[in-house]
Amino acid sequence: MSIWPTIFVAGFLTFAIRLSFIYLLGRITAPEWFMRALRYVPAAVLSAIIIPETLTWQGAVVLSWRNPQIWAAAVAILVALRVKNVLIIIGSGIAALLVFQWLLAAI
Amino acid sequence: MTSMSGGAPSRRREFLGGVRDEAPILLGVAPFGVIFGALAMAAHLSTAAAQAMSSVIFAGSAQFIAAQLLAGSASGLVIVAVVFVVNLRHALYSASVAPHVKHLGPVWKVVLAYLLTDEAYAVVITHYNQPGDASRKHWYYLGAGLTLWSCWQVCTAVGILLGSRIPEDWPLSFVLPLTFIALVVPNLRERSMVLAALVAGLTGALAMGLPLKTGLLVAALAGILTGLLAERVRQ
Repeated sequence: MSIWPTIFVAGFLTFAIRLSFIYLLGRITAPEWFMRALRYVPAAVLSAIIIPETLTWQGAVVLSWRNPQIWAAAVAILVALRVKNVLIIIGSGIAALLVFQWLLAAI
Repeated sequence: MTSMSGGAPSRRREFLGGVRDEAPILLGVAPFGVIFGALAMAAHLSTAAAQAMSSVIFAGSAQFIAAQLLAGSASGLVIVAVVFVVNLRHALYSASVAPHVKHLGPVWKVVLAYLLTDEAYAVVITHYNQPGDASRKHWYYLGAGLTLWSCWQVCTAVGILLGSRIPEDWPLSFVLPLTFIALVVPNLRERSMVLAALVAGLTGALAMGLPLKTGLLVAALAGILTGLLAERVRQ
């Protein structure tokens, strides 16, 4: 069986999901609570990606101080509370990851 | 906000602003694109099919899962269903940007919807939430979205060319959550927002066992609900 129909149908559905509310909200007026709820979308969805990704170390869930990503994420969060620059925050997280990876391997 | 569009930054300035702000995010996205290309080759996809997945589906995590399913020779129907569920979170993004792009014509809406990925959304919504004349901010969205799109296509191609020469356990994959930290944390100013983020993160951790990233959806909804409830408690 050809893989092409699968790719195109999956692509179309993904696009339809992305267009859904952009299309709808041009036509209908959403209730007030709905519009207020939208303010929480970025913080909620991205946090729900950040924490599980941080806990996943080398393909497994590692909920322990031996997981260097937990330390690196903590450092990045502390930096992000003071600095807004994206590159500085990412850089500090990568640096912390390398340091803690090395430290935890040495223990 | 003033209604004078003369006060808004020019199209060019908005567009380049989007390119500039998306650029650091590419640090986290590029390795994923390369790894996807390599993974698709390992799953015995043709070069054209692998590249088409990146341009037609254009959704990182869904592509990864789809390529793995293809390697395990899953049926097309299963793959389509999985991609649909994994990408359902984009409906939240769509709702979130919808009020900001409401005034645009259908062509703009179609193009911007196509470009609505995690990484473009995170950058674009931050810009929309900043004060200032918003009448040309869709050019910023276009700049950010096209930057990410180009990077994803090029990196997929690089991964296809490099094939299996990429080590699997690169800690590079951690750069993506780091970029999200950089985009979320500085914007956590109100208490209700902090609570929304904390509950979403914790629920996400607890729901990691749920299949097809549905835990992510559950966690996001729990976070949003928490934010709304926290607003109400304070009143």
